[in-house]
Amino acid sequence: MGKIDVYPTVAWSAGAGCHGGCGQKLFVEDGKMVKIEGDENHPFNQGRSCPRVLALTQYMYHEDRITQPMKRVGERGSGKFEPISWDDAFDYCETEMSKIKDQYGPESIVFAQGTGRDIGGPISFLAYSFGSPNWVQLGLSGQSCYTPRLGAMKAVQGDFGVSDCSQFLEDRYDDPEWEVPEVIIVWGQHPPNGCPDAFFGHWIVDCMKRGTKIISMDPRNTWMTGRAEHHLKLRPGTDGAMALGMLNVILGEGLEDKKFCDKWVHGMDELRERAAEYPVERVAQITGVPAEEIAEAARFFANAKRGSIHWGVPIDMCPDGTSVAHGIICLWAITGNIDIPGGQVIARPSHEVSSYPYSTEALVDLYGEELVKTLTEKRIGADAYKMVKNFRGWAQPDMVIDQIMTGEPYPIKGAWIQTANVLGGQAARANFHYEALKKLEFVAVVDLFHNPTTMALADIVLPSSTFPEKDSFRSWWAPLSIIKKRVQVGDCKTDWEINFELAKRFNPEGTQRWGSPMDYFNERLAPSGKTFEDMEEAGGWLMPEDGPAKPYRRHERGLLRQDGEPGFNTRSGKIEVYCTAYEDWDLDPLPFYTEPPQSPISTPELHKKYPLIMITGARSQLYFHSELRGIPWLREKEPDPYVEVHPETAKEYDVYDGEWIYLKNDLGKVKRKVMITERVKPTEIQTLHGWWMPEQEGAEPNLFGVWDYQINQLVPGPQESQSGFGGGQYKTTLVTLEKFEQGAAANG
Amino acid sequence: MAKYGMLIDYDFCTGCHSCEVACQQEHNYPVGKNGIRVTEHEYDTGEKIKIDFMPFLTDLCDLCMPRVAEGEKPACVKHCQSACMEFGLTKDLAKTLGDKSKVVLYTVQPG
Repeated sequence: MGKIDVYPTVAWSAGAGCHGGCGQKLFVEDGKMVKIEGDENHPFNQGRSCPRVLALTQYMYHEDRITQPMKRVGERGSGKFEPISWDDAFDYCETEMSKIKDQYGPESIVFAQGTGRDIGGPISFLAYSFGSPNWVQLGLSGQSCYTPRLGAMKAVQGDFGVSDCSQFLEDRYDDPEWEVPEVIIVWGQHPPNGCPDAFFGHWIVDCMKRGTKIISMDPRNTWMTGRAEHHLKLRPGTDGAMALGMLNVILGEGLEDKKFCDKWVHGMDELRERAAEYPVERVAQITGVPAEEIAEAARFFANAKRGSIHWGVPIDMCPDGTSVAHGIICLWAITGNIDIPGGQVIARPSHEVSSYPYSTEALVDLYGEELVKTLTEKRIGADAYKMVKNFRGWAQPDMVIDQIMTGEPYPIKGAWIQTANVLGGQAARANFHYEALKKLEFVAVVDLFHNPTTMALADIVLPSSTFPEKDSFRSWWAPLSIIKKRVQVGDCKTDWEINFELAKRFNPEGTQRWGSPMDYFNERLAPSGKTFEDMEEAGGWLMPEDGPAKPYRRHERGLLRQDGEPGFNTRSGKIEVYCTAYEDWDLDPLPFYTEPPQSPISTPELHKKYPLIMITGARSQLYFHSELRGIPWLREKEPDPYVEVHPETAKEYDVYDGEWIYLKNDLGKVKRKVMITERVKPTEIQTLHGWWMPEQEGAEPNLFGVWDYQINQLVPGPQESQSGFGGGQYKTTLVTLEKFEQGAAANG
Repeated sequence: MAKYGMLIDYDFCTGCHSCEVACQQEHNYPVGKNGIRVTEHEYDTGEKIKIDFMPFLTDLCDLCMPRVAEGEKPACVKHCQSACMEFGLTKDLAKTLGDKSKVVLYTVQPG
């Protein structure tokens, strides 16, 4: 046995998955990580860790881990791959991608990512160096994960905002400036199940322990809803009406923060008028929550001195999710909670460091004018939706897959898929994605394990790294951190190393000023005045200093606007509840409600046939989307894909607890194991996404059982939001429940 | 006599499984073997559906005494995401029992 060295680093998948950024200590013996523990000195998690990160040794050294580049040698889907060298792998990718570029143009290759991991930097670096504007979160209908909310926040208040759980302060809960929130509305999430969007889920629990009261907006019963002061069990997809109903109560009863609104809010009269269209009785009818409960919750929130709203993907997944988010932003804005201690604080990346360039000038400098022109003219979806064109550089996912199928207006011939098990994960209309992607001439997949996507589609699989195996950095809210490589597994390379090498080949001139990814990191880190090495010496992370990235009341201090004037970073300098940016984008400048495209109200006939509202996409503490089913310590605790069924519903369908059944609608049927529970209402069922069985045969046609278990086969598309963002129907699909033998009889 | 114990404020246990995996990693236990297990309890109070969790120490719990000897907390206590577990001398922990509701004190005499 050698000596064990302990090194600090910061977790950002792969490994744990997730979007947290917790401090971890790696225990390394003879070049191998033998243990991982939370870093008690790191302000993000203060030593705590999730089960996914604690199982990391089983993930890193798993016998199924891909540790060499693998080139397909049999038919696509045959599962026959042979190891090749990195040089050959890069040559092969360069040759195949160049062939497509020469014949069809660089836009004919899409660069597809999932979520998690420091992927935005390296994948945009490669896509843009190649010359393609089509960087896309492929499969995620309506880009329905945070982007709609981010876009709404940017448009309405000029900045992003998060619940203040002291995360921007180094001393955290002990910092005298911080105050315990009186109330947090937890809207469409169960925070203890993960760390969404740079937010440690248990911070909400920390606040509860210190006295914060919870208003839960959740169709289901959870640990948290059982501890909430108010629990509004709204019908899935009706969140937009709920926000308007609460606004109606607050404005109707004069509970808004008048002083704040007079000074800092634009469009109060228009908002008042709009909210008046949503009397609480009407909202009660839409949402299924009694009017008095809605009114009481609204009063409770408005009367609190300090409050915030912590929200989740169900908002994005509402039809017109950007408008639902708008309504919710209005709630925290008109109650004067913005950027106060214990309120809704403005969230900016610490030290104003960004992972990748955003501004047009920076893009021109890096990739040339041609690329920037392409981003506006050829990026899929930029033409159809002004919000897609003007907020974030991604292509519109529903339109991308449709275009792959049709070849209109121009053909798509290749895909670079990195951090995304599209077929086993987020793809709504999963079978359609399969059919369309199979038509491509070249598919490269960068991942750590085989999965249904590598098996069905990949011509080459490039093995990537977990966070203890990589150098990278993290600049998402606070703190600014570096991720430091401590071990090597097989021949795996990091996403940055892989993409940097290929980007150099495709854009030698534009990329010549960097000799290595580290040079690029140092350039990105420059606004902090630190290099990667400086950061390492300083302990690996830096909390924001007084300035634009540190709360509080920055709008009063002139820290949010380019011109240095007090106010918010919007056209009017105020929070625009009447949103002029939406107006520019041909969208309703005021929040409104849209009934889900499938529901008892919008499709009564379909509802007769498929009477259960299926909620999917919730998080498990043990898994990250479609990852981690092969990790023994995790799988042991949640071995089967279950579906939550209310006891009355179970009786009606004559199913017992533990029985395997099908969930079914016109798009197909999927296997699930019944869990009889009062977590759900009789009218609804809930089941997790991302299920496939790594222990099963991977080759076609089985593909690790993906077609038996991939729930998103039942989720329709494309999205139906006016902005192009939001509306993936992951929470509101109508289904029925069918016993196995019934199905057998029906199938003859 | 069980000198050491573990106080768990189980009202704040969210069932996140961190304690279980922390224990398995610390002791290199395979699947099926664990010093701590969390059970779930769902019930109707008449007003609401409650979902509570209860960590339970098995005979395999050694209170991570080798860690404790190094000045560390037991692995489960350290990693508990709710920070609702406390390790200490049984006699000290027992004194605080009455301060809160829904608290359990486990006493363990390691091997």
